[in-house]
Amino acid sequence: MKETLLLNCEHRFLLCAIEEKKQLDGRQTYDYRNIKISFGTDYGCCIVELGKTRVLGQVSCELVAPKLNRATEGILFFNLELSQMAAPAFEPGRQSDLLVKLNRLLERCLRNLKCTDTESLCAVAGEKVWQIRVDIHLLNHDGNITDAASIDAIVASCHFRRPDVSVQGEVTLYTPEEHDPVALSIHHMPICVSFAFFQQGTYLLVDPNEREECVMDGLLVIAMNKHREICTIQYSGGIMLLKDQVLRCSKITGVKVAEITELIQKTLENNQKIREGVENSWGDLEDSEKDEDEGGSDEAVILDNIKMDTGAEASDIGSQDDPIVLSDSEEEEMIILEPDKNPKKIRMQTTSAKQEKAPSKKPM
Amino acid sequence: MAGLELLSDQGYRVDGRRAGELRKIQARMGVFAQADGSAYIEQGNTKALAVVYGPHEIRGSRSRALPDRALVNCQYSSATFSTGERKRRPHGDRKSCEMGLQLRQTFEAAILTQLHPRSQIDIYVQVLQADGGTYAACVNAATLAVLDAGIPMRDFVCACSAGFVDGTALADLSHVEEAAGGPQLALALLPASGQIALLEMDARLHEDHLECVLEAAAQAARDVHTLLDRVVRQHVHEASILLGD
Repeated sequence: MKETLLLNCEHRFLLCAIEEKKQLDGRQTYDYRNIKISFGTDYGCCIVELGKTRVLGQVSCELVAPKLNRATEGILFFNLELSQMAAPAFEPGRQSDLLVKLNRLLERCLRNLKCTDTESLCAVAGEKVWQIRVDIHLLNHDGNITDAASIDAIVASCHFRRPDVSVQGEVTLYTPEEHDPVALSIHHMPICVSFAFFQQGTYLLVDPNEREECVMDGLLVIAMNKHREICTIQYSGGIMLLKDQVLRCSKITGVKVAEITELIQKTLENNQKIREGVENSWGDLEDSEKDEDEGGSDEAVILDNIKMDTGAEASDIGSQDDPIVLSDSEEEEMIILEPDKNPKKIRMQTTSAKQEKAPSKKPM
Repeated sequence: MAGLELLSDQGYRVDGRRAGELRKIQARMGVFAQADGSAYIEQGNTKALAVVYGPHEIRGSRSRALPDRALVNCQYSSATFSTGERKRRPHGDRKSCEMGLQLRQTFEAAILTQLHPRSQIDIYVQVLQADGGTYAACVNAATLAVLDAGIPMRDFVCACSAGFVDGTALADLSHVEEAAGGPQLALALLPASGQIALLEMDARLHEDHLECVLEAAAQAARDVHTLLDRVVRQHVHEASILLGD
């Protein structure tokens, strides 16, 4: 399908609104949309929602022979796919320009920077190394794919655990039951921040949504980590910039990246606590703190049939105000959640499809 | 290469240049007879060739024609013999696509496309030898080629790369300096107004140093502009002699 065209009146409306420093969703100029980070069952599966832009990332690993000129280093591979469900304009043949741009940016930001220690991925020098593959799929396009994808890639990599190996003559791969899986060693977390310029560079917005992207004149992406080191800058837009605009943007990036990195740390810690809590003792569910930050984003953990002798049943929890619905299962005595209880509980959420299937699930 | 000193104590780089010094630039315009505009540039050991066709009628699908301005189409290709190890794919891989996209965006901003509606301008760049600063050499060559073709532009588009080693900003990086893994910045700007047409940076650089690296790159680009200006005037002078003016 062709891209949905932007109407002239919509175009003018957006530009006028931006001139008056107003955005349709009530954000200020330097505000990000709500960021929600949630994890899947497996290690390395992560969904990031930046406003309505939704991105799913999965990290997987494999033992392969190393590249000839880098015999002691593992291989890191990033791939971003623009799924056809994300926007009507994304068709297999048509997306190449945008796809190339986004992929190259992500590659430069993450792979070339050695944010992951590739030497630690070597199992047997010259013969077997780990190849880590990060696949990111765009599920819904509402602007600013770059930022969402970069957050997703980093969080998924931090969350991922690879199987432990030991080498005694030959390589033995341990299953998760035998040895705990090992995390990747990540040196630093580069996060991309996008700035959109309007009216020949007079006005600037952080985190443009899709409509604003149609109207913008130029896009500047700065990737920074929390130590205020700039990892990548890319500007190639239709308009010309001045040096102090770039410097000003880099200062704003510093602030934003600090906030986002903090959110990421919190969600990762939270997820870790929940996993340990559930694995340690099934009946003794620990409380986990609810995450609160910039506009009430919270993390949801999707747990499903963890290796327990009883199946894990979960209840569907919407926002804090919605009544908590218990699933129809025999493990009801294990989870007791009252609707009016204050939110210091483990919040487990399944998709509504699972909710419908729950009654037919047999506990093991 | 462990222990390779990019900047010695006396302030000399690996090839004997000072921190802010550019490599030797030699350029020629009007290299090919067939093309509307062409240019060849050598920046140190980096050699790039640019050819411009246009403005002409849109080739291929008429639906791509823009009603109010010209379409700029750029293709970047790097010869298989251009790097130390033979490259498998001269063009069509991601990096070349990205370079082509960036060149296109740079020149779309610089060329006065409103003067040629519903037409197309093709810019083809070929790198013959890559010794660092390939993007910069391509942009400089393309600028000269566009000028040779007589297509009106807002200003020269001059590009240069810059790096940062030991607290000093280096201008115009060679391959050895790029491969060392330090921060690299490629900047394309319009010298008269100082406006930035393209900015690309790789590798970690602390925010506080950004300004001095940007300034070094901008100064280097302005130096490139002086040289390119001289080349253009020389070319026009020769052409006018041949015409018997």
